[in-house]
Amino acid sequence: MSALTFKLKYRPDQRVDMSPLTDHNLTHLELPDIAAIQLQCGKRKLRVDELFNISGYDTQNIVIKNSFSKLDFIGKEMAGGNIRVEGNVGAYLGFGMKAGEIKVRGDAGLYAACEMKNGYLEIDGNAGDFLGAALPGNKMGMKGGTILVKGNVGERAGDHMRRGYILIEGNVGDYCGSRMTAGTIAVMGQTGKFLGYAMRRGTLLLWNKPQLQATFNDCGVHTLGFLPILFASFKKLDSSFADASAAFNRVQRYAGDMAELGRGEVLVKIS
Amino acid sequence: MILNGVAIDATFAEAFPMKATRAIITAQNEKWAMISAQAMTGFATSVIACGCEAGIERVLHPSETPDGRPGVSVMIFAMGGKGLAKQLETRAGQCVLTSPTSALFAGIDGGIRIPLGKNLRYFGDGFQIAKVIAGKRYWRVPVMDGEFLAEATTGQVDAVGGGNFLVLAESQPQALAACEAAIESMRKVPNVIMPFPGGVVRSGSKVGSKYPALNASTNDAFCPTLKGMTKTELSPEIEAVMEIVIDGLAKEDIDKAMKAGIQAVCELGSSHGIRRISAGNYGGKLGPFHFHLQEIMS
Repeated sequence: MSALTFKLKYRPDQRVDMSPLTDHNLTHLELPDIAAIQLQCGKRKLRVDELFNISGYDTQNIVIKNSFSKLDFIGKEMAGGNIRVEGNVGAYLGFGMKAGEIKVRGDAGLYAACEMKNGYLEIDGNAGDFLGAALPGNKMGMKGGTILVKGNVGERAGDHMRRGYILIEGNVGDYCGSRMTAGTIAVMGQTGKFLGYAMRRGTLLLWNKPQLQATFNDCGVHTLGFLPILFASFKKLDSSFADASAAFNRVQRYAGDMAELGRGEVLVKIS
Repeated sequence: MILNGVAIDATFAEAFPMKATRAIITAQNEKWAMISAQAMTGFATSVIACGCEAGIERVLHPSETPDGRPGVSVMIFAMGGKGLAKQLETRAGQCVLTSPTSALFAGIDGGIRIPLGKNLRYFGDGFQIAKVIAGKRYWRVPVMDGEFLAEATTGQVDAVGGGNFLVLAESQPQALAACEAAIESMRKVPNVIMPFPGGVVRSGSKVGSKYPALNASTNDAFCPTLKGMTKTELSPEIEAVMEIVIDGLAKEDIDKAMKAGIQAVCELGSSHGIRRISAGNYGGKLGPFHFHLQEIMS
């Protein structure tokens, strides 16, 4: 079956809410029904076929072509299937997604994988602030699944994160892992200021020495048995994380944030 | 049936249903994985008084273990799921958690999940850390040599316990040598353990006793020193009998182990003093699994 493909005809001036175009909303719909779905665009509602050329019919495999940075809520609460995006995406990519896979061949905006519950999200380019975070005012960010970002990530990555993995090949901005409850964030590049600010539990796995706050205490150098298992689980990824040369099990361990619960850890590769 | 001068009795071994689990112990090197495994499977020869039957299944190459270190696979069998879970947890806590450099992983992915490191984590006194990796939950418990890593659960499956055969020989050394050869061969068969010391039992039992407090007593019909004073199963030339008991995940596994063991014994043959192979049963009344010796060897 050929993938259900939405090819953007033109770039509207206003942002577009793409949340209706996910598998669970489209199953059992015929092409004319899909074409008639209305998408919120600024204060207007636009039919899908006003914005996109539609082809294919496999709702389990959705392709969005010519995407740009004003297409928000792609894959919102998706419960299965695959979404491939060619181009940049707007905010709230994979918002609350429960299962399935999203791959973006471009950059993502704010709040990608916000309150994600499970599944796999891959961003080829950069991601904005609040990756895998909670909505403002909410206490639970990402609760499961894996996010892979091949580029750089903005500030507050993993804010209020509770479970799952955020893997970042590039650099990450300030407040990475802030207010984390649990989970793992791995960063191959550089980290910004206020790393792990107010984190309660969870692991920040770093390839480069960070600029740590005074509320993180040095616990010494250790060989940790769970790291080989962790790296083995990355083997299936199309990423530098899958390279055997990326794996290590000897780390400098810092515990924090002691201004909070203090059960979190920053593990830094010993080079 | 006679194989290399050894008579195979037209009888059967009788086995019964059990619950089983498998755990993988790894350590810095094979020596310490083995020490931990031996401790964990100690005092676990028979459910009669040990609460479970346990043994080392095999040594694992680093490429076969979850953390890439040398390992040992152990199996535990018990009469019920509750008892099995209790034995597993107690033994893991006292023998693996305590063993230097050890880590503990599930050896069965399916089945009913029973706690492995799930409750041992509390030893961490709040400093323990959970990590869910590839859908499996692991516990990192801080200990004095670093961290004890344990998978949260392992699988409990239906199994078969009590497969057996008896080696009847002209002398004690010859019986033991034959059993040693059998065990060496049987240890290559997967999914089985021979829970008795070195895999061999010299005190085979019958059900019941003249003493009301005991529910098992010496199998006098196979005791060579009682040949003249009991309803013996032994001919005059038999001076020693030893038994090999097998627990396995399935009847077919025990079939294979028994065949491998009996074959090894028969290869020594009558020239090494081996006269007969027999088996222990209770007339077919106790266990639903029957292992007919001649069928297995045909």
